Amino acid sequence: MTTTTLPTYDDAVARYEPVIGLETHVELGTRTKMFCGCPTDFGGEPNTRVCPVCLGLPGSLPVANKAAIEATIRIGLALNCSIATWCRFARKNYFYPDMPKNFQISQYDEPLCVDGYLDVEVDGETVRIGIERVHLEEDTGKTLHVGGATGRIHGATESLVDYNRAGIPLVEIVTKPVPGTGALAPAVARAYVTELRDVIRGLGVSDVRMEEGSLRCDVNTSLNRPGEEWGTRTETKNVNSLRSVERAVRSEIIRQASVLDAGGRIVQETRHFSEETGDTSPGRSKETATDYRYFPEPDLVPLAPDPAWVAELKASLPEPPRVRRKRLQEAWGLSDLDMQSVVNAGAVELIEETVAAGATAAGARKWWLGELARRANESGVELAAVGATPAQVAELQRLVDDGKLNDKLARVVLEGVVAGEGSPTEVMSARGLAVVSDTSALTAAVDEAIAANPDIAAKVRDGKVAAAGALVGAVMKSTKGQADAKTVRELILSRLGAS
Amino acid sequence: MSDLTRMTAVEVADLIARGEVSAVEVTRQHLDRIAAVDPRVHAFLHVDADGALDAARAVDARRAEGEPLGPLAGVPVAVKDVVTTRGVPTTAGSKILEGWRPPYDATVVERLRNAGTVMLGKTNMDEFAMGSSTEYSAYGRTHNPWDLGRIPGGSGGGSAAALAAYEAPLAIGTDTGGSIRQPGAVTGTVGAKPTYGGTSRYGLIAFSSSLDTPGPCARTVLDAALLHEVIAGHDPRDSTSIPQPVPPVVEAARQGATGDLSGVRLGLVTEFSGEGAEPGVMAAFRDALDALTKLGAEIVEVSCPHFQYALPAYYLIAPSECSSNLARFDGVRYGLRVGDDGTRALEEVMSLTREAGFGPEVKRRIIIGTYALSSGYYEAYYGQAQKVRTLISQDFARAFEQVDVLVSPTTPFVAFPFGSRTSDPYQMYLADLFTIPTNLYGGPAISVPCGLSDGLPVGFQIMAPTMADDRMYRVAAALESAVGTLTPPSLEG
Amino acid sequence: MAAISRDEVAHLARLSRLAVTEQELDTFAGQLDVILQAVARVGEVTAADIPPTSHAVPLTNVLREDVVVDCLRRDDALAGAPDVAEDRFRVPRILDEEA
Repeated sequence: MTTTTLPTYDDAVARYEPVIGLETHVELGTRTKMFCGCPTDFGGEPNTRVCPVCLGLPGSLPVANKAAIEATIRIGLALNCSIATWCRFARKNYFYPDMPKNFQISQYDEPLCVDGYLDVEVDGETVRIGIERVHLEEDTGKTLHVGGATGRIHGATESLVDYNRAGIPLVEIVTKPVPGTGALAPAVARAYVTELRDVIRGLGVSDVRMEEGSLRCDVNTSLNRPGEEWGTRTETKNVNSLRSVERAVRSEIIRQASVLDAGGRIVQETRHFSEETGDTSPGRSKETATDYRYFPEPDLVPLAPDPAWVAELKASLPEPPRVRRKRLQEAWGLSDLDMQSVVNAGAVELIEETVAAGATAAGARKWWLGELARRANESGVELAAVGATPAQVAELQRLVDDGKLNDKLARVVLEGVVAGEGSPTEVMSARGLAVVSDTSALTAAVDEAIAANPDIAAKVRDGKVAAAGALVGAVMKSTKGQADAKTVRELILSRLGAS
Repeated sequence: MSDLTRMTAVEVADLIARGEVSAVEVTRQHLDRIAAVDPRVHAFLHVDADGALDAARAVDARRAEGEPLGPLAGVPVAVKDVVTTRGVPTTAGSKILEGWRPPYDATVVERLRNAGTVMLGKTNMDEFAMGSSTEYSAYGRTHNPWDLGRIPGGSGGGSAAALAAYEAPLAIGTDTGGSIRQPGAVTGTVGAKPTYGGTSRYGLIAFSSSLDTPGPCARTVLDAALLHEVIAGHDPRDSTSIPQPVPPVVEAARQGATGDLSGVRLGLVTEFSGEGAEPGVMAAFRDALDALTKLGAEIVEVSCPHFQYALPAYYLIAPSECSSNLARFDGVRYGLRVGDDGTRALEEVMSLTREAGFGPEVKRRIIIGTYALSSGYYEAYYGQAQKVRTLISQDFARAFEQVDVLVSPTTPFVAFPFGSRTSDPYQMYLADLFTIPTNLYGGPAISVPCGLSDGLPVGFQIMAPTMADDRMYRVAAALESAVGTLTPPSLEG
Repeated sequence: MAAISRDEVAHLARLSRLAVTEQELDTFAGQLDVILQAVARVGEVTAADIPPTSHAVPLTNVLREDVVVDCLRRDDALAGAPDVAEDRFRVPRILDEEA
């Protein structure tokens, strides 16, 4: 038998039903670690942000970070979870050099938050993702593998461990299995992670940057034939971007379909996603699940969050991103598609602020999604870092609305603003870019154009109003564009008695 | 110059405070004593002569400046080697930590320093506090000053022997299943286990986290009480540390010393009053009960039906917690590393390291603990043991409704000869029969010498409700006033 | 009927990273069997409705403020390490050769 040809994605989802699940780890942005007062800032020379506690030195003891607990509860509340009235930390025991104690303080059968949900929009449909649990644990150190080809663990001859990251608070969010998404499974997975990220960012408890590791995602996938029980699931790790989330699910569906088509059996395993190929490869196979010998952490006392405090935290939650987007979409009068473009461009907040500074939604959207988005792409920066502030954009639009600038001139002014020359008004004055509003000067220019183009002028007099366009062009040219085209046209027409 | 090493801590502190003797002189005499007798006793694993003399000089300087001195300023202390001392070797009695110098002090050590006491050195112990004879130390046995061919108890045999050999008037121990009290009993000294959480575990190398308790050891009850007040109290670095004031143990000890126990009800635990203990131990215990009755105390029999399950429960809970606590000793960040010759993967190096670094008792307990926590066994073993623990606590609560304190012999046997209980581990475990219940409950208990059996010391145990440590000191001091302190045979010649 | 077999002891030793010798296995298996039979006595107690104790102190919510505290100097952190390279703790390869 020759190599199996993989089914196409469409073929795979036509014959099998995918069930997905996601496990996300969020590194909290607290000032200090979960169980000690070491600082958590990014970077730093190796092993300079450690103490007896996070190094797990003999005799050291953990003390829980209040801010981390508060952040976790807020995440749970934002995900519509119930908050435990009493729960404990637990030890997860296993040996690995990035774990100083060779156990991780985590939570086992008593997570801080349970049984919530997050609604996401995919293809115009709302999908409710059940949240199984949200719990708190400590992060591990970082291991550098040396001697292997790719810096990966395979083939390494030795490893070097830095414990700066060990002990940073980590929130683990586990979804319930999500069946019934069919062909949209990859998109749903991506939409979930995107929305989750936005919710958490909105709470201000983490940077949630996948590329920096403050948001880590593992994706679970299984397939079953319609009407049958759910299949064996695989777990895919090393999913480091939103795009990878989608690709990983897609690739795993195809792979599993191919295995099942050939009569094979899906092995319960952890797989590794490759950014380059878009495929998953087997990790270390674990046919039998590791027994972590969980037991309640004796060095930490139980958590019993005060219900009044939890209620307060719930009442002060920010507006969920979805609700906010809907509200703004309505306020701005945008279609779903247009709003999606705004979201995709990362411009929701920017437009909101620009409108708050006095612009119309349409005007704000035009600049942010048009000229500024183009510049951001060219310079390879994020829209928010492009060099113009919402207030400046609002000011620019105001100048256009007031007739002081036309569209073309406004673009030039914007260039100057982005280059750091000052506010739109300042740039306009400094560069002398204002629309000429002095009527007599304009009239003179109009008369000049009429005189220079007698044939065209004659046509207009005869009623061919459209021909006036060429005269408008001539006036714009002679005024170096610093005239309002509409005004010029009106002037021409009135001059020629054709208005 | 009278022999300062024969004095109590109170006497020594008083001489220093009045300027009649310098702290340096006190320290020198004790260092000399250690040099003279420790080759035979082997109570110490490390003597920090320089550090001790520095600390003593500091006390003398402060006295010279007229600064106020605490009640134990200048008094020498021996510290069980399970507690971290910055820059001073700390081994927990194990090869796996040979040469390790901690970069930080345990809270109890900090408090000892702040009180102006003088740390002479670190004392021998059963490896990682697991044992009842100090025979499981990786650094050799400690000999009981009462009979050098016999064990000094364990796991804190070194601290108790140092006291009985007059090498130090005060010592620090830790008690998880009796490791302060049982050595106290077999060496004729006082050993107290405070309420769990009453003394900070920060810096205490963990054996069984929900049971470990640092505590004071001395030759008299008042000395122990004074030391208790120095080291006890809330510590924000220990989440299980009790945020309440230290019970007034010194006041209670002084009160007890007046010898009046009228109105005090002593509970005789039925389950501990008959079998299990050597006849000589029971005889000395009953004599002590008589003495206490003469002081006005009333004896009430109370039944604690679940106490018979305390030993089995303990030998499930403690090994389980220890199997997890000792996982960190893997040759990566500190301590011993064996077998890293460039051909082996990490797992093998770790396994060889731990095989070489741990002794047999530690290995046994790690294996039992791993078993008891395993999926499929957890409910029947660890889970069940923790339920039994709840029942034992309920027994205590019920008992304390009827009586003020519970009493029993501290340990069933007097100091036994070396090697007599090492081939059958469970025979060794039986030494903790009477001490273990209160560890499971979390209550305070103290062992006070009450007499001799065949020339060897017998200890009397008093157990009090949680946070009522003062109660046990009162009764202990009263008993001491009636029977006196014991003097071991001389080690000279 | 043994409470624990030699094979089980060997398995547990592996799990706990203890490279026990054959001789130790022989000795331990017998000793552990005795111990386990003794501690199994806890099963005699009817305790279905009894809550297990996990903490001996009746405390909850012991928390710490999110304030930075001094760290160890790197030299102190690395001081006891058996093997250091590039200011990190060095360990031999984590994976077995076959991987």
